[in-house]
Amino acid sequence: MSLKFEQLDVLKEMANIGAAHSATALSLMLGRKIGMDVPDVKAVTFNELTEAMGGAEREVACIFLRVAGEISGSMYFIMEVTQAEKFVREITGHQSLNLSNPPYSEYGKSAIKELGNIVIGSYLTSLSDLTKLSFIPEVPEFSIDMFGAVISEGLIELSKAADFAVLIRTVIREEDRQERHSFQGHLFLLPDYESFDHFYRALGVSDES
Amino acid sequence: MNLETAEIIKVGIADMNAAASPKKLRTSGLGSCVGLVLYDHERKNAGMAHIMLPTSDLARNEKFNRYKYADTAFHDLLKQLEKMGSPASRLKAKMAGGAQMFAFKTQNETMRIGPRNIEAVKELLTCHSIPLISSETGGSSGRTIEFDPATSLLTIRTVNLGTSII
Repeated sequence: MSLKFEQLDVLKEMANIGAAHSATALSLMLGRKIGMDVPDVKAVTFNELTEAMGGAEREVACIFLRVAGEISGSMYFIMEVTQAEKFVREITGHQSLNLSNPPYSEYGKSAIKELGNIVIGSYLTSLSDLTKLSFIPEVPEFSIDMFGAVISEGLIELSKAADFAVLIRTVIREEDRQERHSFQGHLFLLPDYESFDHFYRALGVSDES
Repeated sequence: MNLETAEIIKVGIADMNAAASPKKLRTSGLGSCVGLVLYDHERKNAGMAHIMLPTSDLARNEKFNRYKYADTAFHDLLKQLEKMGSPASRLKAKMAGGAQMFAFKTQNETMRIGPRNIEAVKELLTCHSIPLISSETGGSSGRTIEFDPATSLLTIRTVNLGTSII
């Protein structure tokens, strides 16, 4: 399969809309100004994908959910572990919540999953509105582990048909850039192989047209 | 050669490589993927594969990356080691990986891929009469593994459980 320039462009526009909705939802939840960077859409090999996030061994806090429906794929929200911990302490008001060392706080884990529901849910809802395609998100799961190990789970379906992934990535971050450690998270969508055609048809850039 | 400066040959996702001592082999971030090591203890040759899926029957295209699947990666690993003077009859095996990274409640087959990868590798080893000397599989942690053909030791690092040597 080859990806044409205009097809990648359409995916980028779609990601822009999705991520903008996620950022707004997060802003409302946190009562802070959350913005997003221009989405990054490209076809990458599995190894390029892990390199894009600083290597397979890098420790990350990750919310992952599978999406079923006309569009299927894997959706991730990834943060630095220290950021995730800071985040749950902030939203719950409990400064002792621990996500840096196991056993992780169960309360902290549910707070993170809730964050995932909001960020990913608003992203997918806007994509569904835009494309009129159905997305059925499954229950989010949370893990703190090596990036390579968590991302490969989301590649399994896709890997049966392809040796590359289309990475649709947006960085969501606090607008106040002065504080270096302000909130930042990476939102990824890795569509399954069969989903590309549905996307393109819905968005009017199918090969057959 | 100083051990500290020994060259480390990297094996990526769905990749394979072989090397002889003093070189070492390493693959990072194994989740449900299985890191298989076949080695010749006397000649100090070893090969490592980072396997994603249990069988190439799952491939939906005719042209595919052979190192992605247990059966084709195993076959190619054997051929590579034979070229280095280590036929199957001299080989032993170690492996790690096959975790379940996320505790999904659905009995989705995709999420059981770790155990299926482990079973597939074990069957291939039995089929070729290659003994599995040690393994660390399952669980829910990602692993980085490094094999030293000089000592035949496999070092396994996890984020939460520290390092073990098998």
